[in-house]
Amino acid sequence: MGQQRITRAECARVAALARLELTEEELERFTGQLDELLGHVAEVEALDVEGLAPTMHALPIANVLRPDVPGEVLDRDEVLARAPLAEDGQFRVPPVLGEAP
Amino acid sequence: MSDGALDKPGLGVPADTGWETVVGLEVHAELSTETKLFSASPNRFGGEPNTHIDPVSLGLPGSLPVLNQKAVELAIRVGLALNCGIRPSVFARKNYFYPDMPKDFQISQYDEPISVDGWLELPSGKRIGIERAHLEEDTGKTVHIGGAGRIHEAGYSLVDYNRAGVPLIEIVGRPELRSAEEARQYVAELRAILVAVGASDGKMEEGSLRVDCNVSVRPAGSDRLGTRCEIKNVNSLRSLGRAIEHEARRQIGLLAGGRPVEQQTRHWNEDEGRTHALRSKEEDHDYRYFPEPDLLPLDPSAEWVEEIRRELPPLPRDRRLRLGEAAPSADAGHIALAVERSLDGLALAAIGGGGLPERVMIHIVQNLAGGAGMLDAEALAGLAQMEEAGELTATQAKKVLAVLAESGGSPQDAARALGFEAMDSTELESMLDGLIAENPEEWSRFCEGDAKLTGFFVGQAMKATRGRADGKAVTQLLISRRG
Repeated sequence: MGQQRITRAECARVAALARLELTEEELERFTGQLDELLGHVAEVEALDVEGLAPTMHALPIANVLRPDVPGEVLDRDEVLARAPLAEDGQFRVPPVLGEAP
Repeated sequence: MSDGALDKPGLGVPADTGWETVVGLEVHAELSTETKLFSASPNRFGGEPNTHIDPVSLGLPGSLPVLNQKAVELAIRVGLALNCGIRPSVFARKNYFYPDMPKDFQISQYDEPISVDGWLELPSGKRIGIERAHLEEDTGKTVHIGGAGRIHEAGYSLVDYNRAGVPLIEIVGRPELRSAEEARQYVAELRAILVAVGASDGKMEEGSLRVDCNVSVRPAGSDRLGTRCEIKNVNSLRSLGRAIEHEARRQIGLLAGGRPVEQQTRHWNEDEGRTHALRSKEEDHDYRYFPEPDLLPLDPSAEWVEEIRRELPPLPRDRRLRLGEAAPSADAGHIALAVERSLDGLALAAIGGGGLPERVMIHIVQNLAGGAGMLDAEALAGLAQMEEAGELTATQAKKVLAVLAESGGSPQDAARALGFEAMDSTELESMLDGLIAENPEEWSRFCEGDAKLTGFFVGQAMKATRGRADGKAVTQLLISRRG
């Protein structure tokens, strides 16, 4: 496999950022899989792209826009009935500490 | 400036402390669209919680965002007004775990923003660089309940997603501001531009304009940037000035005492007049940005951008210049105030309609703080002319103006309704006859040249007419009678 492209520690950090709890065995397995994926990307990186404009999206379409016209809204009671907890017309969630990041 | 008490430059960090304050601002403005950035729920301030919601703004499975054309147009207007280049852009997901976004990510523009490399000119003529102005969606609102309202003892939180998905433009300025006063001027000018181009209502008190300040200090003359702190929760121009001055003093205190400034996000407490640490940058979030797969790139055609440029309304700077030319003796601050209140068009039309610039500007600056209401330019010009002709005193004119702003109409009718009919000269003459007859002693002293008696007779005339008489006209009559 040659040089390792991602370390176990990096894999653990990515998992922590995504709030994923991995066992030691899973961490080992996913590090290997991610390394393999990065290997595929490396093949693309090896290509000569001199003079090519960067691709912004896989589809050759841009500017998909809608007019600024109000449409239907959801019924609040119906929505809140499906929420785990609700109070005063709002979603009730566990206490939030500090500000939004 | 409309914010009342100013934080004057001299009140901040004294220039002779040997330190320089460096400020860079990030301004978020809610765009004045009818609907949200990626869905058709209404974009409206207030309203019952969770009544402006749809599958996209709730992030329900299977829902797909579609970009609002009007939001793009407004973003381009802002970019052009800030002298930015408009470029192809893409949206990205900014991933984080916080209940203000039900999707657990916010759609924003990251490495390919719509506008880059512009500048904003302060009233002083100094240009402040604009790094970028990009589109993103606003988040929902969370309220903390329990624990006597104290966040750290909160029992739980409530979330309202009415604001989630409202279009925002984030304008990132370069750290080229050098004082709290310059920062205030920058935000005031930026707000005026946003309002002028119809992009935002610019209301800081309703949160439609929000400012994050990056503040650092460095030895005067240094060209290296010091460690910065980001200040949040600045909700008015006044708070902005106070927060920056406080933060600069805090950092200078640390550095002067040989301690380092720690890179932090700090919260401005308006009541205590100080900032406190929220979190330090070491635990800074890695947002794991990646291109939003559900949205296609945005690549506005040159024709569209040019069309928007052509239709751009006059910017505050040009409007100040125009009004300044029409009212050359007016104070620069008054001109700025007229433009800030969007009363410059009215002032120009009233001056063009024959109102004396000085009289028109007095009303604009002193008597129309609450806006012009129903008052039109013709009425304002007419009012100024009536004052000039001595048909109304300044006090009466102010009352007439209040009526015109409230319910419109002509100044003549309003003055009549208020009983401010100018006294004609025969009426004045006969009143003076009476006063002289009642006060023979005072009259003879006046005739002998006692100037103090002028005031006595004018006062008596005002009393007799309950303020209807024009003091100047009475004085002239007295002098001509004395011969």
